[in-house]
Amino acid sequence: MEFSRRETLALGLGAAVVTVLPFSVNAAADDVIATFTGGADMADTGIELIAPEIAENGNTVPVAVNAAGASAIMLIATGNPTPGVAQFNFGPLAASQSASTRIRLAGTQEVVAIAKLADGSFAKTSAIVKVTIGGCGG
Amino acid sequence: MASGVKPRVKVPKTAAAGDAITIKSLISHKMESGQRKDKEGNLIPRSIINRFTVEFNGQSVLDMTMEPAISTNPYVQFEALVPEAGDFVFTWYDDDGSVYDTTKSIAIG
Repeated sequence: MEFSRRETLALGLGAAVVTVLPFSVNAAADDVIATFTGGADMADTGIELIAPEIAENGNTVPVAVNAAGASAIMLIATGNPTPGVAQFNFGPLAASQSASTRIRLAGTQEVVAIAKLADGSFAKTSAIVKVTIGGCGG
Repeated sequence: MASGVKPRVKVPKTAAAGDAITIKSLISHKMESGQRKDKEGNLIPRSIINRFTVEFNGQSVLDMTMEPAISTNPYVQFEALVPEAGDFVFTWYDDDGSVYDTTKSIAIG
């Protein structure tokens, strides 16, 4: 199989776009995570994130987080123009460290939840949500 | 400027002391994300509710920071402990400095 000069150029350009785009998006999300955790290691257990596998409308995607004994839970949409979604700080009268809300997702992406547990450690979980219609106007 | 803002909260009227209750809250607000453009292509400035707090008799239940990725008419469901009879105070903080609040009383019984 032989490529013409034009096809090779197009291929190279496509590959460059594919590698650069996710990187820039993830860098912003990583910054948000680093501010919350201070760069600490995150465990895989102790937090639950409930999100739909497929969301038809990116404008209202129902999500729920649950982390027993957490003092705070942060929700991040890695593919949004601004990755931060919400931070829940639970007070002494919270019966369970869980909450649900509705969020906007710009497109198919990974939604990440990070909990700050009672002993100061962090737990992280994520879910891939497929979005049919994005929710950021544009 | 954010017009037609109306908080709605669902709290049971009574509960047993020490019980956990589920609270649903919703406030009608357009939550303009600052990403959208109008017909002329100008960015519509961001106008959202950036913080939501719930207190029971002065003690914190939930303090939530909201970003533009929260949907229009922010809805939050969570659980609270009711150690005694008293009032839940719900407060929403708007970007433009407005503060909306509502109070729900709960009795033991």
